[in-house]
Amino acid sequence: MIPGAFEYHRPKDMEGVLAVLQEHGDDARVIAGGHSLIPMMKLRMADIPHLIDLQDVQGLNSITVGDTITIGAMVTQHHIIENHALASAAPIMREASLQIADPQVRYMGTVGGNVANGDPGNDMPGLMQCLDATFTLVGPDGEREVAARDFYEAAYMTDREDEEVLTQVRFDKPQGGFAYEKQKRKIGDYATAAAAVQIVKDGDTCASASIAMTNLSDTPIYSEDAGAALAGTTVDDTAIEAAVAAMLGDIDPTEDNRGPIEFKRHAAAVILRRAIARAWSRA
Amino acid sequence: MAKKMHIKLTVNGQEEEFLAEPRELLIHTLRERLNITGPHIGCETSHCGACTVTVNGKSVKSCTMFVAQADGADVTTIEGLGSPDNLHVLQRAFKENHGLQCGFCTPGMITRASKLLEENPNPTEEEVRFGMAGNLCRCTGYQNIVKSILAAAAELNSAKEAAE
Repeated sequence: MIPGAFEYHRPKDMEGVLAVLQEHGDDARVIAGGHSLIPMMKLRMADIPHLIDLQDVQGLNSITVGDTITIGAMVTQHHIIENHALASAAPIMREASLQIADPQVRYMGTVGGNVANGDPGNDMPGLMQCLDATFTLVGPDGEREVAARDFYEAAYMTDREDEEVLTQVRFDKPQGGFAYEKQKRKIGDYATAAAAVQIVKDGDTCASASIAMTNLSDTPIYSEDAGAALAGTTVDDTAIEAAVAAMLGDIDPTEDNRGPIEFKRHAAAVILRRAIARAWSRA
Repeated sequence: MAKKMHIKLTVNGQEEEFLAEPRELLIHTLRERLNITGPHIGCETSHCGACTVTVNGKSVKSCTMFVAQADGADVTTIEGLGSPDNLHVLQRAFKENHGLQCGFCTPGMITRASKLLEENPNPTEEEVRFGMAGNLCRCTGYQNIVKSILAAAAELNSAKEAAE
């Protein structure tokens, strides 16, 4: 499997990246780890006349941890797993990263690629929606910010313009209990269903909850109603079933080789119940 | 036709320079251009891990990296770990523990395992299985692969203790 021919660019800075993007528009794409893009190019499902490699661009590799957490677009899943400060401040990041692909892919796969690609199977978009993250995009007119919850429009369609590059993700240090629960056919697979849950506990009751689902629609699904169904409850079975019912009202899975629609809805419910239980037990 | 690029690579300690189209995949560079045929082409879809090599200290599936991305990189393949006369401890452990049957996946397995043990010199069985999850074997059922890697880890650790 040999991809179509392309011209390769490896700029040293973002100005260089933007210059190539402006010159070639839709004919140019940036490549980070390449583990989504290269397989598509090899299958000739993606034809990229100008490939812009971000590996030499400075300033995209850092993780900063404080009340606010920022992660550069070129930070890999391997980096996330190994970063102790991040693992202690936002443990859901490590828990989710460990469930992405396999070790070789995690050395290459980046946060920026995972969130900007727009593949409904990617795990980070749902996770970013759960954490209410903000994405930074850089384009010819400068920087702008977009909420993760507003970024995804359809499969592979996002708010990012052709001439923009996603440079970092940012979110407030998450509070309370967490869980990233993922059902997959085998290790390395995309989710049949996955749930990202953060729950804040106040005494015996749930103060607030944030719930997002992966690979159950053509975008990640932040289910505000599912989180609201837990708030103010003791997260008993009735509350969990209300949250599951709310989530099922928000997702819209399609039949594919991971199963028929009924199965996916069943798996989504099971996964969310498990995720809520685990997040609550850690809250 | 796209322009050829001037590529420089260090492969198993030896510097290589050549002209290549940027779309050339690293596995093809290694096997067809440099005649380094230890890394195998299994699935070609970044699932099986038979093409695993080490690029700048990372285990990489070389079917999913363009040679252009690897320009300037330091690459190690199974050939850089040991030789028939001087087997790497992992190669010896796989031989002694029957860690292979047909052998097709073995170069990728051992190259990946060498990096795993570098990062985690004393892994549990579960950590070995998780750390080797990117390499598929259709013969062994993995039991003896895991056993081989644990044996190599034990040997490396006792050699290290003896040296201290």
